[in-house]
Amino acid sequence: MENMGYLLAAYAVIWAVVFGYVLVMQRKQRQLQRQVELLQESLNRSKTDDKQTG
Amino acid sequence: MNSRHTLRNSILLGLSFALMMAALYMVFVYVPTEKNTGVVQRIFYFHVPVAWVAFLAFFVTFISSILYVWKRATRWDAIACASAEIGVIFTTLVLITGPIWAKPAWGIWWTWDARLTTSLVLWIIYITYLLVRRLATDPARGARYGAVIGIVGFIDVPIVFLTVNLWRTQHPTTIIFEGGLTTPMLLALIVCIAAFTVLYVLLLVQSAELKSMKADITYLKSMMQGE
Repeated sequence: MENMGYLLAAYAVIWAVVFGYVLVMQRKQRQLQRQVELLQESLNRSKTDDKQTG
Repeated sequence: MNSRHTLRNSILLGLSFALMMAALYMVFVYVPTEKNTGVVQRIFYFHVPVAWVAFLAFFVTFISSILYVWKRATRWDAIACASAEIGVIFTTLVLITGPIWAKPAWGIWWTWDARLTTSLVLWIIYITYLLVRRLATDPARGARYGAVIGIVGFIDVPIVFLTVNLWRTQHPTTIIFEGGLTTPMLLALIVCIAAFTVLYVLLLVQSAELKSMKADITYLKSMMQGE
């Protein structure tokens, strides 16, 4: 099986890059989820403040 | 994310996995080894579908950019940007897997022939697109500039495709349309193209949803700060 190394290298690169992109998307999703939670908290706080002052 | 989206994503993920398994079986077990270049020819079954996905991704960016300029809906901008990002990733894979095949086949990693050079230009165009989007201080302005690059930059896609017919290049010609493949080879290629197309749709849907979500959060933050 001559040149098998080249074949395996090509396939490994494809899967490494695709997998890397999926991981980056997962990290972004976690960051956005955290931001949504912070916004929710901030919104709840401002609602409570409004009730206390109103 | 509602249950309809979750179901759609699960179906896409399952389909993508099944097609990829079928593609791997066909490439490594089913398809016969090509006589002239040997086992390294099997790179072709992933190199061509990856190039197809890159072209498809830039076409989606082109159409979505036109729709964004026309309708100014952020949904189209999210799809255009997500598709350009995936297009860059797949063009990168084309530019890596091509030289890996070229070294044993031609004896060199790279040559400045028309197909390779225009492919590199295509990659640079869409890297510029992503940089413009990332560096723009005003997201709306970044989206507008990006849309212009997404529309104008697409000119290079048909040029890349036609180079092997318009110029004398070292790159193999489009043998797929000229009956240069045996039936098992053609079947394996079709399965690989289907597998990578479904993978592209899955990545696009996920990435566009994230970009829309990010735009909504930025808008909400600006509204809250303005109160």
